Amino acid sequence: MKPRGIRELDAGPVITNPGNSILIKTGSWRSFMPVSLKENCINCLFCWLYCPDMAVKVNDGKMDGFDYDYCKGCGICALECPGKKGKKAIVMQEEDK
Amino acid sequence: MASKTTVLTLPEDELVHPGNRACAGCGLSIAYRIALKALGRDTILVVPPSCLTVLQGLYPIAATQLPCLNVTFASTAAGATGVLGALRALGNTSTTVAAWAGDGGTSDIGIQALSGACERGEDFIFFCYDNEAYMNTGVQRSGTTPQGAITTTTPFSGKRQQKKDVPSIIAAHGIGYVATASASYPLDLFDKIKKAKTMSGPRYFHIHIPCPAGWGFEPRYAVKLGRMAVESGLFDLYEIENGKWRLTGASRKLIGGKRRPVKDYLETQSRFKGLSEKRIDKIQKEIDAKWDGYEQAMGAQKDIAGPDAE
Repeated sequence: MKPRGIRELDAGPVITNPGNSILIKTGSWRSFMPVSLKENCINCLFCWLYCPDMAVKVNDGKMDGFDYDYCKGCGICALECPGKKGKKAIVMQEEDK
Repeated sequence: MASKTTVLTLPEDELVHPGNRACAGCGLSIAYRIALKALGRDTILVVPPSCLTVLQGLYPIAATQLPCLNVTFASTAAGATGVLGALRALGNTSTTVAAWAGDGGTSDIGIQALSGACERGEDFIFFCYDNEAYMNTGVQRSGTTPQGAITTTTPFSGKRQQKKDVPSIIAAHGIGYVATASASYPLDLFDKIKKAKTMSGPRYFHIHIPCPAGWGFEPRYAVKLGRMAVESGLFDLYEIENGKWRLTGASRKLIGGKRRPVKDYLETQSRFKGLSEKRIDKIQKEIDAKWDGYEQAMGAQKDIAGPDAE
C-alpha cells in the first residue's frame, strides 16, 4: 500500500474504506513458513480454527494450503496439528530454503 | 441448551481481515476473530486504546469491516452507552453494541465507566481481553497482572500483589450474564457469546489471552499456554447466568479430575523467572484452596453444574 501524505488523507480521523488491511502483506514478517503435507492431513481444521491471521485456506470443508501473503509464521498451526498416526501434516521450514 | 458448536459448524464468514498488525501468534487475534463470527455483521464496536486498536489498524488501516468507534481509555462503557442512545433514537433495537477493552482499560482505567454502565443496566456486551499487562504500550503492570509476573514496572522479583478478580467485581453488580473464556478454547467462547446475544442488559466477558511478546514465550506456544493456564486451574472457565454460577468446558472436567501442576505453566514463560520455589508452592496452594472451595460448593449444591453434563 502506498503511503499517503497528510494532504491526501480524509478529513478527520475517519476510515472510509474499512477492511483495507488486506493491502498490507504481513507475510514479509515471517522467518519460518508452514508447509502442508497433504498425505498426513485429516482435515480436522484445527489450523484454521487457531490461525490468528486467517492465513489457512479452506475449500469445501478441507484444508487447502496457506495464504503466504499474510501468514506471519507464528507456528501455532504446526504445533496444534494432530496429524495422522503421529506424523504432523504441517511442518515449519526456514524461509528461502 | 443449544447444541455445541464444532469446528465444522463454525461460520466461514471472516469479519476480521488478514494483514492486521497483531504480533505473530497473538492470542487476541484468535479470540477476536471467533468472537466477531459469533456477534455477526449487525454489530457496532467500541474500542479504547489497546492492543486491539493496533490489531485493527493504525490509521488509515482498518482490519474489520464492522463500524468501530475509537474512544478514550476511561470511557469505553460510556462510549457504548452513547452508541446505544443513538441507536435508541433511531428506533434500532436489533444492532448489538460490543465494547472491547484490554485488561488495563477494564480493571484499572475504565472500571468506573463500566461499573456505571452495569448499574444503569445498559444493553451492551463488554469484552475484557486479559493479556495480563499493558502490552500495547510496552508491558507495564496492570491490576490483572498475576502475582510474580515481571513487567517493565514491577520489581525484578515480579509483581507482589495478587491478580484483581474483575469478573467477580462485575458479577457483584448483579448483571444477567458474566462469563470467562480463553483464546485457547475458541468454541467455548463462541457458544458463550451466542448465548449472551440472546439475552439483554449488560453482559460481561473476561477472555484470557496469551501474549508471546509480553509473557516471554515463543509464538507457537500461544494456544498451548492458554490451555495450560486452564488445565492447571489458574484461570477458570465459568459463566454466571442470572446469578447461577457454573463451570464450563475444560474447567468443569477438572472437578474430580487431575489438575496440571501450576509449575509447568509458570516455568514456560520468562515473566515468571523471578519466582522462587517457595512462591511457586504458595501459588499452587492458593489454586488448590480455590478448587477445594469449588468442589465443596459443587457438593453442597449438586445441580449447580446443571444436568447437561458433557
